[in-house]
Amino acid sequence: MTTREHEIEVQELDRVTIRFAGDSGDGMQVTGSQFSQAAAVFGNDISTLPDYPAEIRAPAGSLPGVSGFQISFSSSEIHTPGDRPDVLVAMNPAALKSNLGDLVPGGAIIVNADAFTPTNLAKAGYANSPLDDGSLSAYNVHEIPVTTLNARALEGLEMTSKQVDLTRNFFALGVMFFLFERSMEPTFRWLEEKYAKRPIFIEANRRALSAGYAFGETTEIFHTTYRVAPANLAPGTYRNITGNEATALGLLTASQLAERPLFYSSYPITPASEILHQLSLYKNFGLKTFQAEDEIAAIGAAIGASYGGGLGMTGTSGPGMALKTEMLGLAVMVELPLVVVDVQRGGPSTGLPTKTEQGDLFQALFGRNSDSPVPVVAPATPSECFAFAVEAWRLALRHMTPVVYLSDAFLATGSEPWRIPTTDELPDLRVPSRTDPEGFYPYMRDPETLARPWVVPGTPGLEHRVGGLEKLDVLGTVSYDPDNHHRMMMLRAEKVARIARDIPPLEVFGPPEGDLLILSWGSTYGAIRSAVESLQQRGKSIAHAQLRYLNPFPENTGDVVRAYKRVLIPEVNMGQLLLVIRAKYLVDAQGFNLVRCKPFQISEIQTKAEHVLGDL
Amino acid sequence: MSDNETQAAALADAGPIVLTKKDFVSDVDPRWCPGCGDYSILAQAQKVMPDFGYARENIVFISGIGCSGRFPYYMNTYGFHSIHGRAPTLATGLKASRPELMVWVITGDGDALSIGGNHILHSMRKNVDIKVVMFNNRIYGLTKGQVSPTSAYGQKTKSTPGGSVNYPIHPLVVALAAEASFVARSVDTFPEHLQETITRAGFHKGSTFVEILQNCNIFNDGAHREFTERDVRDDRMLFLKHGEPMIFGKDRDRGIRLNGVRPEVVRLGNGITEKDLIVHDESSEDSTIHFMLGRIYWPEFPVPIGVIRNVPRTTHDALLQGQIDDAIRREGHGDLAKTLAGGETWTVGG
Repeated sequence: MTTREHEIEVQELDRVTIRFAGDSGDGMQVTGSQFSQAAAVFGNDISTLPDYPAEIRAPAGSLPGVSGFQISFSSSEIHTPGDRPDVLVAMNPAALKSNLGDLVPGGAIIVNADAFTPTNLAKAGYANSPLDDGSLSAYNVHEIPVTTLNARALEGLEMTSKQVDLTRNFFALGVMFFLFERSMEPTFRWLEEKYAKRPIFIEANRRALSAGYAFGETTEIFHTTYRVAPANLAPGTYRNITGNEATALGLLTASQLAERPLFYSSYPITPASEILHQLSLYKNFGLKTFQAEDEIAAIGAAIGASYGGGLGMTGTSGPGMALKTEMLGLAVMVELPLVVVDVQRGGPSTGLPTKTEQGDLFQALFGRNSDSPVPVVAPATPSECFAFAVEAWRLALRHMTPVVYLSDAFLATGSEPWRIPTTDELPDLRVPSRTDPEGFYPYMRDPETLARPWVVPGTPGLEHRVGGLEKLDVLGTVSYDPDNHHRMMMLRAEKVARIARDIPPLEVFGPPEGDLLILSWGSTYGAIRSAVESLQQRGKSIAHAQLRYLNPFPENTGDVVRAYKRVLIPEVNMGQLLLVIRAKYLVDAQGFNLVRCKPFQISEIQTKAEHVLGDL
Repeated sequence: MSDNETQAAALADAGPIVLTKKDFVSDVDPRWCPGCGDYSILAQAQKVMPDFGYARENIVFISGIGCSGRFPYYMNTYGFHSIHGRAPTLATGLKASRPELMVWVITGDGDALSIGGNHILHSMRKNVDIKVVMFNNRIYGLTKGQVSPTSAYGQKTKSTPGGSVNYPIHPLVVALAAEASFVARSVDTFPEHLQETITRAGFHKGSTFVEILQNCNIFNDGAHREFTERDVRDDRMLFLKHGEPMIFGKDRDRGIRLNGVRPEVVRLGNGITEKDLIVHDESSEDSTIHFMLGRIYWPEFPVPIGVIRNVPRTTHDALLQGQIDDAIRREGHGDLAKTLAGGETWTVGG
């Protein structure tokens, strides 16, 4: 380490939120995840929010091409990636322009001054450079000629100037590592692994990162570094994990716990494709992944695998979910276990592929012909995606039913520390297949769960036919009998309704009764929990309940929603859970619906809650 | 041992299985219209099913929607009557996860080539080891008589009272273009030919597509009659035999030869001999002549029947398993605890 030539003050902070922004080709997602990794390994609680355009490479320097990654890290427990960044790293004028509005007043801006050329300024719609015209005077601006300094650091390496420029994000990352006292070691290790076959890139990125760090240390533009102490997390071994990673690991774990082979078939769709990519790396578990010709084939093949006695599963997003509708109805009719992962995104139609929304609850609950009951579960945080992928399979196997698992783009791409469970903490998912021909009928049912037996082809003496036509109760032959049809409708409904006995009650955070309950599901959890914590500290009579089971609801849901004077249901949709809760429990719940394809901010929930409380 | 391994081992230990047609007749009475061609197809399938040496429980019939879709109910094996056009998708997932099973897909011209067209293409090109048997009656029968993708141009149906404005698909050309490794055609009213074709399809390892010209006597009666009737069939159909010249006619006096790149019908004699005719090579890797056979049709040409293409290719399930075996050889068996703790971790003391 070089000797410091100027005094640097260290300031202790509880929580910092940084946003990295640049061209979609600038490597902002990698930069952000490396910073997150370093913060997580250091022991901070973290929460991240990547925000990238749907176009792989929009025109360089343009506003639509800006890609961002926000990370909040803290010495205490946090639930969200932060409402507004304290620090903005802007790699070009477009990145500055499109993110400046979110920065906290007086926040820090670090810009790559080399990118503020007349051409780039014009592309971003700046008449004059904001670095010169005084428009940033309310902020603490640090101009660094990143491109030039980085190129100098890489001199002598046999690389084109374009390749050299591709490492400048690591220079910026190095500066941030210095500012926040983070170790470069995890990133060095990551580089060694990623570029094992191309040592020159390891060296180049290493130099870029170290040069950025050294620049921060030796120049006089920073007079303070910031220290965010480790958070007090529950004991255990942790890793940083995104929702999609956690989902993939959960699905893998379910098949190991069930001791049945995993078959994951999927058609590429943002933001669910990473689950297919990741599971495809685990071939040595004997699992099979299948990229199908379309969304329908993907679920069809999964049903085929479940029919064969395996864990057939498929993953998609809203538009693909729409295509799978008829097949999901078939799975309801043949009563086979199946898990359908829907990583929701902005809609309707193609909508906003990379942006988050909670728009598919109706689709999951009702999006099929006739009355076609399907259990629905929804994790609340990226790390919870693991437990709920396992839980979805527990329900599917125990109750012989397809299950819809609703994640969303925010959970899928966001990350947080995950305490890795030990194998003895995981449930036993083994269920037997029926092999005894004595007294067998295809639609006989378990008296407790109403599940029908799972009989797989290859079992002698149990040859039978299943299919989409209505079946005669117990015997399972095709039946057009009107009373039988009514009975089968009741049985299918009752089978799913009884799952309520097999799931935990709805937990309330806060007083068991009072002025206001905020009821939520899915990824709005973090902002709502934070808002409620802070209102409770201010003495408000407010509670929060998070529904993780959306069909059936936990048995005590009606009691919970009736115990408060007001019920507020914030959702990133036009009021889907709201409609169901009002209809089912006849409570005058009100919605808070902002469908902007981004998560709620804590302050928005707080303001809304105060407003509702003020009316009492 | 997993369930699958147990079953595979049981299958290997079991020795020769002796079954008869009766074993494959289920207790459900067929409910097709009297006189339907499907009855014959069912009977021939039940008759040859014992020949494959599979126990009943290791055979699965999967169908879509249409009159053909009822087929599985009548086979005393495992069966799955799925939804319109999608049978190949279920069959693909089943075969991929249970390679030891023999999987048949029963479909029709609307099911396979209209609503389910995409699945036929991809199950064939992936060489999924499923036997697709398509009943081609050139009409939508179950929905009572609408135009199908194989209906004739100009054909009047309930949905085309002014005549169909669409050109029909040539099913075998589609199968060939999709790289099916076994492609054949037969006729519902030719019991022996049908038995032989189903038998050969059953023994093929890989994606198998069999078109059966089938008569719907209610909504499209006689669709194939012009060339399948007993008194004309020899003159109007070409019975393909591997390694033999393409000769047809009651008197075996006509044949197909190439004139440049075009096929033409020639009469033997006057200097034209068998040597001038195309010799059928079902196992040729080059599929040019197979495409020609899939395309030529009555009345310009005799209608070819028999096995058109039959090439060995590694099956989809074997390739999938191969990747698993490679991964295990390379990395050892997957360790869940290790995988869960993958990447950078840190420990918080307790």
